[in-house]
Amino acid sequence: MGASQSTESNLMASIQRHLSKIVVAPSFAASLFFVYGFILWTGYMAFSKSRMLPVWDWAGLRQYERLWQMERWHVAIENLLIFGGLFIVTCLFIGCLLAVLLDQRIRAEGALRTIFLYPMALSFIVTGTVWKWLLNPGLGLESMMHDLGWTSFKFDWLVNSDMAIYTVVIAAVWQASGFVMAMFLAALRGVDQDIIRAAYMDGASLPRIYFGIIIPSIRPVFLSAIVVLAHLAVKSFDLVIALTGGGPGYSSDLPATFMYTMAFQRNQLGVGAASAMMMLATVMAIIVPYLYSELRGGKKNG
Amino acid sequence: MYLRKTILATGVAFSALATASFAHAEPTAEVLHWWTSGGEAKAVASLKEDFEANGGTWVDSPVAGGAGDAAMTVLRSRVLSGDAPAAVQLKGPAIQEWAEQGALADLNDVAAAEGWDDVIPAAIQDVMKYEGDYVAVPVNVHRVDWIWANPTLLAKVGVESAPTTWDEFNAVADKLQAAGITPVAHGGQPWQDATVFETVVLGLGGPEFFQKALIDLDEDALNSDTMKSVFDQMRKIRGYVDADFPGRDWNLATAMVMNGEAAMQIMGDWAKGEFLAAGKVPGKDFICAATPSDHGYLFNVDSFAMFNVSGDDKVAGQKLLAELIVGEKFQETFNLLKGSIPARSGVSLEKFDDCAKKSEADLEAAQEAGGFLPSMAHGMALRGHLAGAIVDVVTAHFNSDMSSDEAVSRLVEAVELAKD
Repeated sequence: MGASQSTESNLMASIQRHLSKIVVAPSFAASLFFVYGFILWTGYMAFSKSRMLPVWDWAGLRQYERLWQMERWHVAIENLLIFGGLFIVTCLFIGCLLAVLLDQRIRAEGALRTIFLYPMALSFIVTGTVWKWLLNPGLGLESMMHDLGWTSFKFDWLVNSDMAIYTVVIAAVWQASGFVMAMFLAALRGVDQDIIRAAYMDGASLPRIYFGIIIPSIRPVFLSAIVVLAHLAVKSFDLVIALTGGGPGYSSDLPATFMYTMAFQRNQLGVGAASAMMMLATVMAIIVPYLYSELRGGKKNG
Repeated sequence: MYLRKTILATGVAFSALATASFAHAEPTAEVLHWWTSGGEAKAVASLKEDFEANGGTWVDSPVAGGAGDAAMTVLRSRVLSGDAPAAVQLKGPAIQEWAEQGALADLNDVAAAEGWDDVIPAAIQDVMKYEGDYVAVPVNVHRVDWIWANPTLLAKVGVESAPTTWDEFNAVADKLQAAGITPVAHGGQPWQDATVFETVVLGLGGPEFFQKALIDLDEDALNSDTMKSVFDQMRKIRGYVDADFPGRDWNLATAMVMNGEAAMQIMGDWAKGEFLAAGKVPGKDFICAATPSDHGYLFNVDSFAMFNVSGDDKVAGQKLLAELIVGEKFQETFNLLKGSIPARSGVSLEKFDDCAKKSEADLEAAQEAGGFLPSMAHGMALRGHLAGAIVDVVTAHFNSDMSSDEAVSRLVEAVELAKD
């Protein structure tokens, strides 16, 4: 009797000890299989001769060679650099500026904050569609200016092969800069007020305080914001589809839309997989150093 | 009380269902398609009615989205997991690709019983057969090389009918432009650019050149002066479209012709549906004319491929479906709804409009002259990756200042790269 009671309590204890692991296990297994398993599978596909259906025949680096010989892939990569670079820099600048301005204990701060943050609540499809209408020379901004009498006004980036990718930047910045602002605002509120007061005492001007004390002290937020924005840029797909459809021609193609075209429209699973691996490599190049620095930092603190 | 009633009712319903499924082993067919809106949905519904009237059980699997991309993704996973639908909306060389995988069923016994060889045009038979066996059935013939014109606008510059040569086309367009009318309504999407491109190839090069360049992918033809002149003509057409064309959907371009904002559109005969839906009369409110060519006819044929299925009821359903699809009754109802013409001979065109009758007459003439050719832009002539490579170059040229020389050399390069 006593023995069985003690086994029971042992069992209970061990369940309690491992409860967290047991609860987490299914989702862990699922992500191991569905995320990492399929990454490995895609990695293998990029080395196979797959076209319409996945096959296992080894093709070596042939798919990567073909990928890099494609004019369209070069356009996509170039667009990613333009889009990614401008998107991140502009978002950081606007987000930081808005945060600093909102940080001045102004009236209706809550309302303004919500207004700036709300675009983030929209899906990229909606943003893309709205900006497509706004930027369409025949019905949007340009036609409105013409109707108002400013007939020399010209803003046809959306239909111009060389400029179409910049319209994607405009729409993406509009959507994401409010989010960056929120990140910065939270960080600004976390800055120790005593230091700022001390700087006031020493007679430092407001810009000096911001550039010399506050912004350097919120440097980690810059890093987080860059990582969030960079992966948004690399995986960006729906925005381009809704806004330009990759056009005119394929001039605003991004790697993600390229991948979709190859894998799902042209029966080129191999090339599609190769381009997906290139995208993964790009994201890794950003995330891995970030995680490394974070984890190392954690150790130092701990 | 209420609860008990519900349980009882459910029980009765279940037993009824069970009896139903045991009592009949009737022909069953699952049909995977992406005709989910407008006239196309109605057309599929007519097939379903027909099938059910003949004692079949229709299992509908519509997959909307991405003009069939989503359906193809579903198809891939279904076939890989060994559970293929009986009939799949599939067209052109994609049929051959699936047949190569050994996924398609043989329909020769139905074909022999129904005499398909005698009623389906030879060029369409080639698409439907794999190594001499029927594996798919055609539902319609769309013609791609049409000009849809607004007669009122043409009359303003003293033109009575649509142009019959590309020189005349340019002359008319120049006149229209001088009169302040947008000559060509066009939607700047890659497939629409390619549609215009292939009609120009057919017109300037002739059917033989079209065959060599866009079907056989002969390098000499791709690299020829004729191809350069095709790109020159594309550049000219670019000058005839309005500034807002990029990204525009084809039906909006059709609406421009309808509303008198532009004079002509080069587009397949699905554009006719837009005119008819707006109550316009062919010959009076709009003109349908073939794009200039020497008895050429580019066809775009929708079809259903029959996949390997197991079980007597499913095989029977598949055969019944194939028989009905090629049958005269369905070909008539379906094509009246879809705006195309029947893919078989022997169907009366009495109920069809004048454009459809012209299409049929031209089809006969083109077959005799050897100009009855599959469309490249609509995935009838080439496999996806090859057609895609060509479309990329065409659309890049059309949407930039690329010279014709560069376009030709890029075309040769892209095709070479896609081939291996």
